Amino acid sequence: MMGQATPLAAYLLVAALLFSIGLAGALTRRNAILVLIGIELMLNAANLNLIAFWRYGPHPELLTGMMFAIFSIAVAAAEAAVGLGLVISIHRHAHTTDLDAMNRMRG
Amino acid sequence: MSFVFYAIAALTVAGGLAAVLLKNTVHCALALTVAFAGLALMFLELDAQFAGFAQILVYIGAVAILVVFAILLTRNAETPKDGVYSRNWLAGLVIAAGVFAVLGWAVLQSVRVLPHETTTPTVTVLDIGNALMGRYVLPLEIVALLLTAALIGAVIVAMHEKERAK
Amino acid sequence: MIETIDQIFVLLKHWLVGFLPAGLQPVASVLVSVVAIIAVFPSLFAIAVWMERKGLGRMQNRIGPNRVGPFGLFQPIADGIKSLTKEDIVPLRADAVVHFMAPVVLVVVVFMGIAVLPMGRNMTLVHMDSGLLFFFAMGASTELSVFMAGWSSRNKYSLLGAMRGVAQMISYEVPLLMSSVAVVMMTGSLSLGKIVEAQNQYTWGLPHWYIFTPWGLAAFLMYAIAATAETNRSPFDLPEGESELVAGYFTEYSGFKFALFFLGEYVGMLSISGLGTTLFLGGWSAPFSFLGWVPSWFWFFSKVMLSICVFIWIRGTLPRLRQDQLMNFAWKFVLPFTLFDLLVAALWRFMGDGWARWVVCSVILLLAYALMGGVGMYRKHFRVRSYRYAE
Repeated sequence: MMGQATPLAAYLLVAALLFSIGLAGALTRRNAILVLIGIELMLNAANLNLIAFWRYGPHPELLTGMMFAIFSIAVAAAEAAVGLGLVISIHRHAHTTDLDAMNRMRG
Repeated sequence: MSFVFYAIAALTVAGGLAAVLLKNTVHCALALTVAFAGLALMFLELDAQFAGFAQILVYIGAVAILVVFAILLTRNAETPKDGVYSRNWLAGLVIAAGVFAVLGWAVLQSVRVLPHETTTPTVTVLDIGNALMGRYVLPLEIVALLLTAALIGAVIVAMHEKERAK
Repeated sequence: MIETIDQIFVLLKHWLVGFLPAGLQPVASVLVSVVAIIAVFPSLFAIAVWMERKGLGRMQNRIGPNRVGPFGLFQPIADGIKSLTKEDIVPLRADAVVHFMAPVVLVVVVFMGIAVLPMGRNMTLVHMDSGLLFFFAMGASTELSVFMAGWSSRNKYSLLGAMRGVAQMISYEVPLLMSSVAVVMMTGSLSLGKIVEAQNQYTWGLPHWYIFTPWGLAAFLMYAIAATAETNRSPFDLPEGESELVAGYFTEYSGFKFALFFLGEYVGMLSISGLGTTLFLGGWSAPFSFLGWVPSWFWFFSKVMLSICVFIWIRGTLPRLRQDQLMNFAWKFVLPFTLFDLLVAALWRFMGDGWARWVVCSVILLLAYALMGGVGMYRKHFRVRSYRYAE
């Protein structure tokens, strides 16, 4: 498939595949936690893109892509903590984490 | 492109697929850690040692553990009887496939203009530290603020119900 | 001569690898080191188990194992043979794959952490620029194996033990990391080799180990507490508290898999002692400059075994904590004190040489400790406890 492709293209394809898998997971699963898992996969795919561009980009010594990835890891940790906290809170309230069942605006 | 890359890529994608497709929620979380580990290996393959280890420390050591905790606390450890996919799963799948098609097309179209193999960058931890404390000091402070806010927020969300029960 | 004994293992490896063609040599060199690690640490594990059983026996006024070999020295070998030949039972409703993977993950991850420890002059398997981060990354992965073991067993004791274990390990990982950050700040490097080099200096024959500075001592104490909790040792052994949870997360493990858990736990203890030795106790450097002729690996391993003795001593002395006490201790005492110690370390760094920083830093740390203790004990009246049923 990629006889003459650069390594960068291969990494980008893997990242695109992971992103789509994460997106599919986030859109098709019913469980709120699994939707979060899909979102985490998407964030990770973005990180892979950043690191790959840093490695093969014109100025790796400036560390721009790497810094983006490191900050994104830190932000993703915060996102996971708050997101899962919300899921637990919703579970306490509605006794379910099924997103299809959560279709009311009133509690 | 070496054999190592294909092995790691296969591992990562298999982990990701399993995380999305498996029925049992805990199995999904464990498959997710496989995907995280594969990504960390990929970072190492890209000579980003620091980012790779940070990935293991944060994702496998913290995020995956948080996910399994959430699964157990919400009694999701068993497979639900009435299906695991949403009612409009087909639409989701079509959207995801479309996104992949667009992204893949974009990458394949730009193969010729993408930069080729460059010299391996030699980045030490000291360089990363200097960059964090110099050029990126403002983002660093903002991330610190964000993490503190997330910590307090998570604690408040978790404490909420308890107070009312008193 | 002294040089030769100091480097004996390195020379031995070069001699062994020299028999092979040049193309294979780098691979063979790594393989020989890995085999050496896989041979040495399980033997240290056997010695540690024997020491623990003998030492605890003495502390509890009994003799301990004394049947197999002189002083019961071959007891670990007998135990090993026993666990190898025992039946391997997997509960019927257990999740077989995860149940099998849990001990494997634990042992692999624990041995990988050892790879970055400098065990003597030129005796590091992998020289990594971010070795400390690698060690902690591997340490964080052990939590997953604990969870896998507890969840896959389908046993409420296992699951409770795993939840306790994971919560405890995640809570104490923060102070563990933070207390090491002080050392990183002083050395300016995450490379463990450089951290040892920085401590391998002497003034008036006394070493520059970080434990002999006010901030270093405080950080070391916090590190030791966090390490004890991280390895699930008494007094923090709630995840496997046998009076409540049978054996915690590995209740449903038997035979060789149980032995793997046991091995993983002790090797984890050895490796975390090794890291503590490297960070605070000068790694492979000698305690006095006139003892420089003793080989460096001897110092590393004797410091590690000494730490193991302290672990055993603490286990024989302190009673087990309660779950809420454990969490409160981590978040309300250990973590704030470690963070404060970071500030003191920064002050030490910027006060420059001289005796003034010794006085100032010691006084600040002592005051902080007294204040924190005072706040923690405020309006708490501890009296002699009376038990309704015991009297």
